[in-house]
Order: sequence, then structure tokens, then C-alpha cells
Amino acid sequence: MKPKVAFFDFTSCEGCQLDALNLEAEELIDLLNTVGIVNFREVMTEREDNYDIAFIEGSISRESEIPRLQKIRSQAKIVVALGACACIGGVNCLKNHLSMEEALEIVYGNDAKYYDTIPARPINAVVTTDYYVRGCPPTTTELLGVIKALLLGKKPDIPNYPVCVECKMADNVCVFERGMTCLGPVIRAGCNAICINNGRHCWGCRGLVDDPNVDSEKDILQKYGLTVAQVVEKFKIYNTYAEVAK
Amino acid sequence: MKQINVNVHQITRVEGHGNIVLNAKNGRIEELRWEAPESPRFFEAMLRGRYYQDVPYIASRICGICSIAHSTASIQATEAALGIQPSAQTLLLRKLLYNAEMLESHVLHVLFLAAPDFLGVGSVFPLVETHRDVVLMALRLKRLAYNLAEILAGRKTHPLSCVVGGFVKLPNVNELETIRERLGHALVDLDTVVELFKTLKVPDFIRETEYIALKDPKEYAFITGEIASTDAGTIPLSDYLEVTNEFCVPHSTAKYTKNKRDSYMVGALARFNINHNQLLPRAKQAAKELELVAPCHNPFMITVAQLVETFHVVEGSINLIDQILDRGLKEENNRIRVRAGRGIGAVEAPRGILFHDYTYDENGVLTKANCIIPTNQNHNNIQKDMEALVPTILNRPENEIKHTLEMLVRAYDPCISCSTHLLSITIK
Repeated sequence: MKPKVAFFDFTSCEGCQLDALNLEAEELIDLLNTVGIVNFREVMTEREDNYDIAFIEGSISRESEIPRLQKIRSQAKIVVALGACACIGGVNCLKNHLSMEEALEIVYGNDAKYYDTIPARPINAVVTTDYYVRGCPPTTTELLGVIKALLLGKKPDIPNYPVCVECKMADNVCVFERGMTCLGPVIRAGCNAICINNGRHCWGCRGLVDDPNVDSEKDILQKYGLTVAQVVEKFKIYNTYAEVAK
Repeated sequence: MKQINVNVHQITRVEGHGNIVLNAKNGRIEELRWEAPESPRFFEAMLRGRYYQDVPYIASRICGICSIAHSTASIQATEAALGIQPSAQTLLLRKLLYNAEMLESHVLHVLFLAAPDFLGVGSVFPLVETHRDVVLMALRLKRLAYNLAEILAGRKTHPLSCVVGGFVKLPNVNELETIRERLGHALVDLDTVVELFKTLKVPDFIRETEYIALKDPKEYAFITGEIASTDAGTIPLSDYLEVTNEFCVPHSTAKYTKNKRDSYMVGALARFNINHNQLLPRAKQAAKELELVAPCHNPFMITVAQLVETFHVVEGSINLIDQILDRGLKEENNRIRVRAGRGIGAVEAPRGILFHDYTYDENGVLTKANCIIPTNQNHNNIQKDMEALVPTILNRPENEIKHTLEMLVRAYDPCISCSTHLLSITIK
């Protein structure tokens, strides 16, 4: 029996799921030979409640999403958070800086009463989460790597060192040297510094490394004449839920 | 007499969550609703207080499938507010990047989401066995679109190098030349798709409505031009709120819109109806072969109009690459001076016209955002189509009614997740 894989989306842009389909033809065929995809609303009509591995995209931002996620957890053997929203809360948590009444009022005005919203959170704030496929969006390579590891019964190998390590290997000029702020020193690698390779800075979409060296980040800021406030503004974009770097 | 109860909870093969509810008894419709109950995301609230350079990066996350459309609308709204005129080189690169998304999104919809309906299966996965050539070709076209975006902006979903003022990294000439060749091959692949679509039966249904799209006298408009309506003529971007007239309905987190009639349509068919004369030759030829003739009032033909547009964007991309290679790429100095102001950005997302309207303070911090999403503009038209369509098919078996209604919704290629992420903003 092929293991059954299901994809579910909560509050998100659904880009992670779509990118999951960005495969070379052979990769897709191999994948379909190895696993049975039984639930993937975005691309298939059939649905089944019997699955082994559930990939969850999106953060939890409505009361009604909590029981739905709990039900998925009780049915799946393995729950994997897919993408920044599910792993760390992601950009959805930017609204947490406002009161929920205020956010509703801003968007829906007098019609705010129709809507249900709670502060956004990652899925591990609601259910036990077994593995994380990080990034906004994750790379297809990493996703396939995680699926392969799970099929082999191994623990997926996700780096626990900062983006700076990969950025140096990519031969980039340091973002700080270019006069901009960057979250690379404290954010978990695995992206091969894609943002910096393409002219930007690290936005923090993969979340903090375990035990981030916040003091060293502060030293860097001091060296380049930057303030903590400037970095916190960048940090908030993905990592509001983590509430660190104070 | 028979009772019909159709209740499609979370329609599949669309982006986001939508429900169809139909209850009819003795040939009388008691309830017929298209619902968009997506979880609201509050982007307009989230964009407030952000620095202008971060705004397009965040706005891109409104939608994973049309992130380049949101990013471009956001960049253009910001540039309008700050008084920045993008260079000729930037515009060429932006149009090319835009084509990548239009191609990817249309291929995804035409071949992965809509085609299974016509071929009698529930998803693209069984087609890997039964129609392997078509699936391989669809994957090839999708990869091409992804690779084109990667060359220009690092990746397709949530692009990186395109920023306010221009591009922070320029594409490599060799890569452009290689992809130009692949675009040429793609035209051959697309011919095969046309052959397939000629054999498929598109439901016969006509309901005339108002069509709205961007119009540019110089070209088939995607990221430039003014608003054009089949009922109201040309309207400047600054008057977009008079066109959209958003209103809330209790069963949807998305807002609805109307202009001259009860509802209007945006998207590939609206663009085709308004701008068909400006399509490039291969696209015109495909329209002819697929019997798509303007004005077309059959919403099921939206999918066909998308297929016609894929020819246009592939041909257009080849032309753009030639222009870029001819003039040569050079590093530009995108120095930006921040000022207070308001700007409107309008683009044709794959699903239709998209507006971002921003106000910035003198420090370049966003104080107000309003975004109007194509699918929001189509929700009301989907509802009106259903009201016209259901009485004509009510004598059919319940399953067939359900399937026809799902096909109608899917034809619009609704992007419900993004339509409800961004709703209009009212500041106390």
C-alpha cells in the first residue's frame, strides 16, 4: 500500500501548495508512483479522510479553524507544517499588533459584525506538529526531501545554522556592507540565501535558529550604525508570533 | 415533483474556499447562492505602518498564484504615490516578468483545473495515465513560466528582484537567449492544446453583462492603460471607486461590486471582448480556430479566452526578449526620494483587473491601503450567471446540475483566497 498524503490549507495565500506542483515531469510521476495523494482541494475533486501524512499550509486565524485542525491531527499519523504561515505564523500575524476589533473595523467598516477572527498563530500553537517545511514559499527541493525522508522513516534534515553561512558560500556581498539591514545572522538556513542572491536582504521567513545569538546580532547592528528598532520592524514581518529580539 | 438540493461545500480545483447552495422544489428555486467564506486576512490593516520598500513584498503574499500581479500593482501604486517614473528598461523587464505569471496561471487553470471537467475526471492525477502527453506538456509549460520568472526575479511565487523603482538584479543575457528558444517551442505545445480543446464541448449558455478591463491604445493591456467598460467607455484610474462600488453581503467575507448593471465581469473574456484587436497574430489565429469571437457572452468561454491569451504572452515574451537584447541591459541607479502622497496601481491579474490604492506619509510609511481584487468583482457576476443558468437546467439530474454549476464557477478561475484577503478600507 502506498502511504496516503493529504494537503490542507488554512489562512494563507496557497502559494506553498501551488509550488508543490512545480515539479519536473519525472519528479511528479515518481511522486505519484510512491505516494497516494488523497486530499488536495486546490487541484482535485476527490476527498478522503483516511491519510498517513497531512501537510498543513496556513496559520490559524479563526475559531472555526481550530476544531478542523484538531480533527486532521487525530486522523493523521504525521503532521507537517508547510510554509512560513503554518511553521511560525508568518505575515498573517502582522494583524496581531492591532486589536481584532480594530482590524475588522479597518477592513470591513460597519460590516465588521459579520466576521470572526482571532490573533493569527502557527499550527503548533494548536496541535502537536511533527515536522516543518520552512520558507515563504518553501523550495520544492526541500519539500521533496522531507517527503523522501518520511517515506524512509528518517527524520528530515533541516539546518540549524543561520542564513549567513549559506550566504557566504553563495559569495554574496554582505547586505550590511551594502547599507541595508538583514536578518541573516539569526534566521535558520536551508534557503541557500535566495533573497540575498537576488538583490534583497533576509526577511526571516524560515524563523529563528534554535538559540539565536541575539547579542551578536546587536553587535552587528552597532558596527553598522543601525538601531534595534530598525531590525525589529523587519523582524515583525514574519516573526511577530515569536516575540523575541527584544 | 422532484426536489433538488445541491450543496457544494468548498468547491475543489479553485484557489480558496467557495460554496454553492441550491435548493429547488417543484421547479421553483428557493435558494441559490454563491458563497465566499474564506478566512479574512486583513492585508489592508497589515500594510499600515510599513515602510514603502517592504509594502510590495508583503502585498505579494496576498496571493500565491498571482503574487507577481499583486507585487506589480503594489510597486506601481507606490511609484505613483512617490512620483517615480520607471525607466524604459524597467518597463520591458516588468512586462516580461508579468507574462511569466500570466502564462503559468493560465496553464494551471486551463490544463490542471478546468480540463479534468471536460475529460470526466476529478483531477489532473489520473490524466498522468490516460493523457500523459498533455500532462507532460502542461508541466513543461508551467516549468517554462517558472524559469522565466526565476531569471527575472529569482522565483515566480513571491518574486524578489522587482522593487519600487526598478530591478535590484538584472537577468543574464545567456539565460534570456536560452529561454527565448524554449518560448518558441512552447508555441508548438500550445497548438496541441488548441487541437485538444477543439474536441471538447463547452456548455452553451449566454448572458450578456458589462465587461471591464484595462485598455492601452499601444498594446493589449496587462500593466498599463486606463479602465475600459463595454457599457461606460474609458474611465481614468483615479475614478476606479466609481466603477467598483463595493458592498458587503452577509454570507461572504469577500465584498461584491457592481457598476452600470447588476454585476460586471473581469478577466480573460472581458479583456478579449475589449482588446481583441490588439492580440498578437498567433493569438488571433488561435481565437479563430477555437471559435472565440468578440463580443462573446458565454462565461464558460473564459477558459478558452485564457488559452488564446497564453499564445499572446508567449509571442509577446519573445518580442520583449528581442527588444531587451537589442538595447542591451545596463545597471540603473534607482535613487528614490520619499514624499507624502497617494497613488493608484492597476494591473490585469490573470483573473482580471486589480487595483491597489496607497497613501504614504512624508517618511514613506503607508497610512492607508485599499485593494480591489478581480475575483471580488466577479462574485456578483457568478451569482447572476447562476440565477440565469439554473432555470434552464433544472430538469436535469441533480448531479449534472451540480457539475454544471461547479464548471461555471471554475470557468471564472476564482481566486477566492485573494479576493477576501483584501477588502476596502474605512478608517474611523
